[in-house]
Amino acid sequence: MSEEVLAIRNLRIEFPELFRTVEAVRGADLSVRRGEIMGLVGESGCGKSMTAMACLGLVPPPGRVSGHVSVDGFEVVGRPDRELLPVRGGLAAMIFQNPGKALNPFFTIGRQLTDVIRLRHRHGEQESREVALEALRSVHLPDPEIALGRYPHQLSGGQLQRAMIAMALACEPKVLIADEPTTALDVTIQAQVIVLLRELADARGLTILFITHDLGVVGSLCDRVSVMYAGRVVEVGSVRDVLESPAHPYTRKLLATVPKLGDGHSELAFIPGQVPDMAFPPSGCAFHPRCERASPVCTKSDPDDRDLGAMHRVACHHAHGAGETEAPGTANGATTP
Amino acid sequence: MSALLEVRDLDKRYRTRHGVIHAVQRVSFDVRERETVALVGESGCGKSTVALSLLHLIEHDGGRVRFEGMELDQLRGREEQALRRDLSIVFQNPYSSLNPRMRVKDIVGEPIRTAWRLKGREVIERVQRQLNAVGLGPEHLRRFPHEFSGGQRQRIAIARALALEPKLLILDEPTAALDVSVQAQVLNLLRELQQRLGLSYLLISHNLATVESIADRVLVMYFGRIVESGTVAEVFNDPRHPYTRALLDSVPSIDPSQRHRLKPLEGDLPSPLRPPPGCAFAPRCPHAAHDCTVSPPPLGSIGSREAACYHPLDR
Repeated sequence: MSEEVLAIRNLRIEFPELFRTVEAVRGADLSVRRGEIMGLVGESGCGKSMTAMACLGLVPPPGRVSGHVSVDGFEVVGRPDRELLPVRGGLAAMIFQNPGKALNPFFTIGRQLTDVIRLRHRHGEQESREVALEALRSVHLPDPEIALGRYPHQLSGGQLQRAMIAMALACEPKVLIADEPTTALDVTIQAQVIVLLRELADARGLTILFITHDLGVVGSLCDRVSVMYAGRVVEVGSVRDVLESPAHPYTRKLLATVPKLGDGHSELAFIPGQVPDMAFPPSGCAFHPRCERASPVCTKSDPDDRDLGAMHRVACHHAHGAGETEAPGTANGATTP
Repeated sequence: MSALLEVRDLDKRYRTRHGVIHAVQRVSFDVRERETVALVGESGCGKSTVALSLLHLIEHDGGRVRFEGMELDQLRGREEQALRRDLSIVFQNPYSSLNPRMRVKDIVGEPIRTAWRLKGREVIERVQRQLNAVGLGPEHLRRFPHEFSGGQRQRIAIARALALEPKLLILDEPTAALDVSVQAQVLNLLRELQQRLGLSYLLISHNLATVESIADRVLVMYFGRIVESGTVAEVFNDPRHPYTRALLDSVPSIDPSQRHRLKPLEGDLPSPLRPPPGCAFAPRCPHAAHDCTVSPPPLGSIGSREAACYHPLDR
């Protein structure tokens, strides 16, 4: 078994406010092995982006982080900014949802790329230009020599996202953290980015933590997937296990809500209720107010992780069994997928 | 069946410092009563320009738009106002389309006051009725947009659009900014409202699964032109234009065993300042031949649908 490159143990992130404290992440565990593409899915506000930020020590103030995050053996939590330099852009790099906002509009792509490379490798101007060109070639950006002289507004969304991936990979990080990198893109460009990330992962043994709310992207790209709800990872396993025989009622519901091509005009299932207010999370299992399977025990105790075999784990008192044939979301009148 | 909305040869050019951009070229389509027509395509293909020019939020440069048989461009004053009641729009982002300093009762009540010159209790009654229709209770009347979740805000935006009892609702990416679980609720609501109120929808979307779940007919746009149109079942199950095929092949499947079927389209959209002389899709098209680069193919009938392609795909 290959080694663990990114390990998150009992991560907690809190944002103290005047009269209350928002618990954005409440004891999340995550483990990504070398060369693996791990999907992290959940609805807005479930804490997935904060978990990603914590990997680079980027949780904004006044956020309080506790627990452990180790990137290739380097403990991130509790370190001041100056000690995090080896992690940021070195061991781990991040790409963001909106490439147009993540790049500086006043500098050329080339300048922004070479800045990163020179900071990391102490290369000269000519040498870093070569590295930058190579990086742009590796992400198949057309005419890399011309692209180096372009400003961000002169490139299309897909080209910008490629340039951003090139910048993230220029310093050969061990882990790439991708926070919804395809959400703002058109479906055709999204497909290009998915194929590119797959290729990079295969060719370089790159480890990727891919945050998304699009289960289609998970199905097409990831090896394993972690499902987050209200600041905790409630289910984790191989993409096949989790998407084909989801054990957590939340995962089942989430899968049932996705309109799939080929389903026609069917009524869509939905999850009743709302994502809980994380200043006042529900007692016990955070999903119990929206769960059909909830019983008195769910309102009292937060379930521990259970191993279902083959590294498929679930945190639920009443998890669905692997052989259960009940179609997800039947209570809402959805058709069997 | 009579057409509620008839669009013929709609044209829109934007004059920029760098030259003229032909954003919409000879777009023609109908929306019938109680029908949902979807306009799909990538960003920049002109689909939003079509929507905005139907509402006169931008002026178009050519073509005709008829609504219930009346020429939209010739309407002035009172008649134009009456038309605005029948045509309404829901925008993509409910975080920016609702005024953060207005209470829900004013957001939904403003069109009622303006169009019907109603006041006081009458307005509130109508607002309540609209909120009720989208599943929001009277306790929300005095709240501000920031007190609501994204899905609830989109419900408020839909209530506002329905306030004047329109016949046609333009939905500009109504679920793109929402979570999947909420997206399903909004789509179900739209479907229910259509059945109950007999509405027609013009849905603008780049999400093909959303389109399939609520639309009857679909128009595929590329680079300012309609390249294929027909019923959703026909076009999605058996696309004839290579661009439609490419769009469908770009949708990631939730089923990991279908992973290999994801085939991204190579290249980028051509520059709108220097459009290719022939078919705009030819530079990216795997089936392009010499004739494709000479002149743009016209939209022609293939059975019960239309496609603009010299070499349409076989069944």
